Amino acid sequence: MTSVLAGPLSAINYAEPWYVQIIKALLIFAIGFSLVPLVLLYERKLLGRFQGRPGPNRVGIYGSMQPLADIGKLLFKEQFKPRGAIGWLFIAAPLISMVAALATFPLIPFSGAPQEILGTKVGLYGLDSDIGLLIFFAFSAIGSYGILLGGWSSTSKYSFLGAMRGAAQLISYEAAQGLALLGVVMTTGSLSLSEIVDKQDHMGLWFLVPQIVGAFIFFVATLAEINRTPFDLLEADSELVGGFMTEYGGGRFALYYVAEYVHLVVAGAMFSTLFLGGWNIPFWNGAPGFLDPFVVLAKTLVIVSIIIWIRATLPRLRYDQLMSFGWKILLPLATLNALVTAIVLVAL
Amino acid sequence: MLRSYLPLLIFLVLSTGVGAFFVMANTLLGPRFKRRPTTVHEDAYESGLPSDVQQGFRFGISFYLIAMLFLLFDIEVVFLYPIAVELKQFGTFALVETAVFIVLLFVALIYVWRRGALEWK
Repeated sequence: MTSVLAGPLSAINYAEPWYVQIIKALLIFAIGFSLVPLVLLYERKLLGRFQGRPGPNRVGIYGSMQPLADIGKLLFKEQFKPRGAIGWLFIAAPLISMVAALATFPLIPFSGAPQEILGTKVGLYGLDSDIGLLIFFAFSAIGSYGILLGGWSSTSKYSFLGAMRGAAQLISYEAAQGLALLGVVMTTGSLSLSEIVDKQDHMGLWFLVPQIVGAFIFFVATLAEINRTPFDLLEADSELVGGFMTEYGGGRFALYYVAEYVHLVVAGAMFSTLFLGGWNIPFWNGAPGFLDPFVVLAKTLVIVSIIIWIRATLPRLRYDQLMSFGWKILLPLATLNALVTAIVLVAL
Repeated sequence: MLRSYLPLLIFLVLSTGVGAFFVMANTLLGPRFKRRPTTVHEDAYESGLPSDVQQGFRFGISFYLIAMLFLLFDIEVVFLYPIAVELKQFGTFALVETAVFIVLLFVALIYVWRRGALEWK
């Protein structure tokens, strides 16, 4: 890594001038928000290919304008609120979902040491906090309020069932998700995401290898947290119509979609940060710093593709199977993994 | 240190702004009707039947059970994180503490399991 400053970032307590932070935040927000239609298109294209059809290919070159056309269509729909809906909760729910999803995006570290851009040192991340991982968990937990309130306040049978399932599923897998990362946190001795990547850099070994069990549990629990197949029982189209978002249409429906795809990208980026060495390129120590963000994005793309692949391959779980898998397999396994890692770390 | 949280604040403000636009956009851009919509129009989707669900519908009891279990195990996570960060500094002492704690919770999990709280009804 070509570095302006060496060493973990949060340890040296570095912060840019306020105007750089504002520009940086705006830029990362723009990138994060524009990743949504791209990933949406990517998923639909890929799903099409998996099912032996071309996917969207009418609007724009190679179907590239399809997400924009969808958004346009949604925004010009009639504003609708079911009669029994609890007014402000019904309106606030998709907003909570989307804000909580986007708030995790600045946590992704795109590069190690601050880069020199136009004479100022800029860290390529929105926010590098020494409690980064906790902020990530906090906002993912808040996101489930959006689902819960949305389904509950629309007073429809399907929405309500989706919300109930959602509440139980999200909290069941949250415990396992938190426990799965204990091994990583113990090895690094920090909750800062950039320090976690830095540690993998120094060890010359991605956490995927020593923490393979943790990685597996985290991946599965994350799938459940962002409600992707095979854990998408909140919106299970074939049984619950649209689950918690049955009653939503137009812009509010779009917000839930934005939340879902931001979650997808963040899940990919988090997995590559925590277990795939972030910006680290294997067997190439002197990689130029400007490559770092692209490496992170490439790894994110791989994980996102795997998640889409899983969606195209696996059927949905039954609800009792889902709950018992979370409580009887993932949770004990994650706890044991934490214990074994602790013993190994202290013994060595 | 605190000023490095500025980007997160900007993210929250911006996404709330964009979200508020999306929430209200249909009122501004969507079609408007001169007459008040009929009751059927405003009904929740229910495959043609009158809706059963009224406001303030209660959650099933099994969900409360899951919520209690979640509290138990999430507190485990909350306790383990600070220990995990400082594990190497404290060495064997922290390890024994962690082991005792985890074993106790494991016993609790087995108890709950044997009592059938994890069977979905």
